[in-house]
Amino acid sequence: MAASFLFSQFVGGLTTAMFLFLIASGLSLVFGVMRVINFAHGSFYMLGAYLAWQMVRWLHPSAESFWPAALLAASSVALLGVIVERLLLRFLYGREELYQLLFTYALVLILGDAAKFAWGTAQLTVSRPAVLNGSIDILGATVPYYNLFIMLLGLAIALGGWRLLSGSGAGRMVRAASYDREMLDALGANVGGIYTGMFAVSSFLAGLSGALVTPISSIVPGMDVEIIVQAFIVVVIGGLGSFWGTFWGSLIYGLVLSFGILIFPSFSLFSVFALMAVILIVRPWGLLGRPIR
Amino acid sequence: MSGADIALSRRVAWPLWRRIPWTLIVFLLAAMVPFLGSRYDTFLGTQIAIEALFAVSLNLLLGTTGLVSFGHVAYFGIGAYACGILMKTYDVSFWIAFPAAGLAGALGALIFGFFCVRLSKIYFAMLTLAFSQIVWAICFKWNDVTGGDQGLPDIPYPDLDWLSAIPGFGDSSIGDRFYILTLVLVALSLAVVWKITRSPFGRMLTTIRDNPERAAFIGLNVRAYELAAFVVAGIFAGFAGALFGIFNRGVFADYVFWPKSAEVMIMTILGGMNYFWGPPVGAFALVWLNQEITDYTEYWPFVLGAILLVLLYAFPGGIVGGLVSGFRHLRHQLTARRA
Repeated sequence: MAASFLFSQFVGGLTTAMFLFLIASGLSLVFGVMRVINFAHGSFYMLGAYLAWQMVRWLHPSAESFWPAALLAASSVALLGVIVERLLLRFLYGREELYQLLFTYALVLILGDAAKFAWGTAQLTVSRPAVLNGSIDILGATVPYYNLFIMLLGLAIALGGWRLLSGSGAGRMVRAASYDREMLDALGANVGGIYTGMFAVSSFLAGLSGALVTPISSIVPGMDVEIIVQAFIVVVIGGLGSFWGTFWGSLIYGLVLSFGILIFPSFSLFSVFALMAVILIVRPWGLLGRPIR
Repeated sequence: MSGADIALSRRVAWPLWRRIPWTLIVFLLAAMVPFLGSRYDTFLGTQIAIEALFAVSLNLLLGTTGLVSFGHVAYFGIGAYACGILMKTYDVSFWIAFPAAGLAGALGALIFGFFCVRLSKIYFAMLTLAFSQIVWAICFKWNDVTGGDQGLPDIPYPDLDWLSAIPGFGDSSIGDRFYILTLVLVALSLAVVWKITRSPFGRMLTTIRDNPERAAFIGLNVRAYELAAFVVAGIFAGFAGALFGIFNRGVFADYVFWPKSAEVMIMTILGGMNYFWGPPVGAFALVWLNQEITDYTEYWPFVLGAILLVLLYAFPGGIVGGLVSGFRHLRHQLTARRA
């Protein structure tokens, strides 16, 4: 096998990884702070993709309308997240996990059909923004500019998120809420507001990654339930609720998938689920997570 | 206390409705469906019976033991593939393939459950999901054995010609005969599960659900009991899967995909997971509703999601839970008026 081929496989794995990080980071944040496993996260991702397509059509079918369209789509999804959290989810915090799981699953069903109703079942595509057309040769591998952009964005969001969580006042509040909600509440902090904010940020990230995926893969019904399982694998490997864990989890997932295809072509799917199971058996809280009560 | 009072209190303890053998009546009514209803009713009846068994097997974990399994479809799928492969590829009789499906489900549950019961709550749910996705990936990709994404079409019906010896079955269709077979097997399975939940073993499972620390404290091997429950649930899920593969004229990888686990869970909760008859009622309601609603709209998942929301916020006890509390309320008011 030529080195350039391996390298291009590596770059492909990195692109997948950074995409997954964009999606899974929101899932992990919500679990870390609110202890809710959000099945609807994949649906938010799907809505981001459909809305981006819709916004591009509304704004101007020119190639540059992609950027505002992506931002508008992500913001709309964030708004939807806030509505869902404020009106419905908050009443389930005291209930058993089962009810929260089923609530988010109800959202999966409803949003999936709503998308079918609004946009039909045909495949939709969005063209790549003109600025990022073309590609660059790195070590013999052809890397599209757009993939490069995704990798850099993933890295930027990882570093930015880490700075915010560890350095800022809001980040301290979020971390405190994930450690001991009752204590934070007793100290007079607005825990409800923190929860709503976290859910908004998480939905924004889901919507944004959905919007950003449109130039490289087409929008289809069913992309919601497919992506959510992958996002689960990533957060489980890294550690439910751990921010950097999610980052490393995405890298491991992306690379296992892209090299697994070379070694066992038909069992790469199997290998990532097996990896998830092994991590859960050996270290349920993941590589970088911490055990929860 | 006067004699009349004692007679009254006896009547309250064993009221008339308790002395009627409801289970038998429901079974006999169900057995009449091929004679009274249309072919389509028989078709729906078969599906309801199979889904009811599947949901009851899940409820052994969910309601009885308090284990939230998000991958129960794995054992259903293992049973379906085991029975399908034996009957189609190896031409084995149904009477061997069916028990083999239960055994396969039990074996899968034993291997996966061994690891799952070591985890608590959310991690347990995640690991059951991971295992079921492993089963799905295998079914989806192992072309030589499972047919891969093409699945295993045309699984033969079991040979039920001997049923025509029974009066009234002389000219029944194979669909009717398979329905009767399904009904009998499901009824027997439900009777066994009923016995299990009422046995000392079943009581221990409920103790573990209510207070695992205390159960461990009084010397119970909690993990072993949970594993045993997991295996028993796997057997009956395997049975249900075997019947479903034949009913559906084929086994496909889609059955094992994770949303199916959510579906059976919704069925269980819809009926009421705190009652033995909750899951069968939920299966009946969901299959029937699905059939009614798909006449009007293709957006069945939307309706299902809406039902689930109403259920979670307004009727967490499910249909049976709602009926029981409504009935209690009514009786309370009646006795209050009498007093």
